[in-house]
Amino acid sequence: MKASLQEKARQLRRDAMQMIYEANSGHPGGALSLADIMAYLYFNRMRVQAANPKDPRRDRLILSKGHAAPILYAALGERGFFSKEEFHRLRKTGALLQGHPCVSIPGVDASTGSLGLGLSMATGMAVAAQRSRMDVKIYVIMGDGEQDEGQIWEAAMAAPRFGLDNLVAVLDRNRYQNDGKTEEIMPLDSLYDKWKAFRWHVLEVDGHDFDQLDAAFTEADNTKGGPTLIIADTVKGKGVSYLLNQPQLHYRPPTEEQFLSAMRDLA
Amino acid sequence: MALVGNFRDELGKAFVSAGEAFPELYVVTADVSKSTRSILFKERWPERFCSVGIAEADAVGVAAGISAFGHPVIFTAYGVFATEKPFEQIRNCVCYQNLNVKIVATHGGISVGEDGATHQAVEDIAAMRALPRMKVLVAADPGEVKAALFAAVRTPGPVYLRLGRSVGGVIHTDADDVPYAVGKAEVLLDGDDVTLAAAGVMVEQALEAARILRARGIGAAVINLRSIKPMDEELLNRYAAKTGAFVTAEDHGCYGGVYGAVCETLAARRPVPVERVALENTFGESGDGRELMRKYRLTAEEIARRAIDVIKRKG
Repeated sequence: MKASLQEKARQLRRDAMQMIYEANSGHPGGALSLADIMAYLYFNRMRVQAANPKDPRRDRLILSKGHAAPILYAALGERGFFSKEEFHRLRKTGALLQGHPCVSIPGVDASTGSLGLGLSMATGMAVAAQRSRMDVKIYVIMGDGEQDEGQIWEAAMAAPRFGLDNLVAVLDRNRYQNDGKTEEIMPLDSLYDKWKAFRWHVLEVDGHDFDQLDAAFTEADNTKGGPTLIIADTVKGKGVSYLLNQPQLHYRPPTEEQFLSAMRDLA
Repeated sequence: MALVGNFRDELGKAFVSAGEAFPELYVVTADVSKSTRSILFKERWPERFCSVGIAEADAVGVAAGISAFGHPVIFTAYGVFATEKPFEQIRNCVCYQNLNVKIVATHGGISVGEDGATHQAVEDIAAMRALPRMKVLVAADPGEVKAALFAAVRTPGPVYLRLGRSVGGVIHTDADDVPYAVGKAEVLLDGDDVTLAAAGVMVEQALEAARILRARGIGAAVINLRSIKPMDEELLNRYAAKTGAFVTAEDHGCYGGVYGAVCETLAARRPVPVERVALENTFGESGDGRELMRKYRLTAEEIARRAIDVIKRKG
C-alpha cells in the first residue's frame, strides 16, 4: 500500500503544481500539504466510482479549505472523474475546473471556497445519511487558518450533539495562513484540547505518514456515537523545496524557474 | 372551511400539512421552534427535524447538507436572523449549489412591534432578491401562508418566504382554498385610475386605501404581489397600460424591495409613474405593531395620498 500511495501522492503533487503554474494563480502550499491525505482517501479509503459520480451510496468529501482545489482535482482526474486534459484549463473562462471546488465538476460533493462553511454542510449530509440508515461516510477537510471562522465552532458544537459517527473531519495543520503563521495571526493551540472539549473523538497524526493515516481513519471508522477529528500535522508546500517556510507564497503561482525546480523535487 | 388564525399559528398548521404531503421534507431551525411553530413538525416527525441551537450560519449549512441528499428542507427563523445573519451561507451553500432549501421567515417588517429594530427585517426582501436563483414570496395574510408554503416546497431550488409576525389582516378566509403560483400576483380589486401594488401586511392597507379613494371618485386596482421574484410581469404591464400609474406598498425599506422590483419590471416595457409607501432609509423601533405602522406611515391613508399624487403625474 505504502509505496503505491507515495507514488500517487507524488503524481498528485506534480499535477497540482502543473495546474497552478499553467493557471498562473492559485494556492500551491496549502494544496501540497494535503497531497498525502488526498492520495490516501481517494486511492485507499473512499467508496466512489468515477463511472457513477452521483451514486447516492458513495462516500462524500467536502474540501472546506476550497483553495486547495488543485490537489482535489488532481485526485479526481487521476481517479477518472474527468479527463486530465481539464487540468490545463483550470481557472480559465468557460473551464470545467473552477478556481474553487464547484458541484458542477464530476466528483465534487460541495461547492466551497468561502472558509468555514464545509463542516456545517458535512453535518447536514451526515444527519441525512444517518437518519436514512445509509452506510455512507462523510469526510470534510478543514484548514487550520479556517479555524478562525466562528461557524466552525457552531458546527463543532452541533455534530456531536447529533451523534454523527459517520462524520470524519480532517484538520490540515500546516501552521500557516494567508498573512503568516497561524500562531502569530490568531493563536489556535491547543486544537486538540479545543475539539476534545467540544466532545469530538480527536486523533493527532503525521499527515504525511500513510501508516498513521491508515490507523487514524480506521479508528474513526470504528468509533461509534459521535464524530472523529483527525488533526493532521503537515508541512505547507510539502515535497517542493522552494515553498517550504515561505508564507508570502501562500497565493503565488510558481515562476518558470520555481516550477522546474518543483518538478525536479517531485521527479 | 379552515379557520384562519394569526401568521404563526397558520405557519404551524402549514408545517404539519407539508410534513404530511411531502414525506421527504426536513425542517431545520435555530432555537426558535416554539415561536415559528415548527415545534409542531418536530413533535410529529422528530427524525426529520433539526435544531442546531442559536447558530443560524450553521443551520443554513446543515440545511444545505441535508438537501444535498435529495430532501427539500425548510429553514425557519425570524426575518433578520433567517436571511441577513446567514446571508453568505445562503448565497454560497444554498443558491450557488442550487439546493432545494426554503428560507421561511417570520417577523418581517416593523409590524413585528415590541422587539424593536434588531428584530425587524426591513431589508430582507432586497437581500434575498439580489441572490441568483433565489425566488422571493411574501404572504399577504395568515390565510395565504399554507398556499405559499406549499408553493415554495413544490418549486425546485431556493425560495424565500416572508411572513409577518403575529396578527395579520383577513383577506383569504379559507387557507385550503387559495389558488397560488410562484410568479403570479393576485388581483383583489379592479380599477382604472391607479394600481396599488402591495406585498405582505400592506395588502390589507391597500384594500382600505382603495375604499378611501373610491369615496373620492378614484378607481384603484389592488394587486397582492405575492411573488416579488419572479414578478408577474404580464399582469403588471397590463395594469400599467390600463391605469397608467402605480403606488407600491411594503413593510420594508424603500431600496431594493417591492418598490425596486416593481419599478424594474415596469421600466423595461411599460414605464409609468410609481410612488412608494415604504420605510424611508430608516430602522424601526419598539412599539405596538399597528402604532408603528402609523408612525412610519405604512397606512391606507398614506397609500391613498400617494395615489392622488401619482395620478397627477400621469402623462
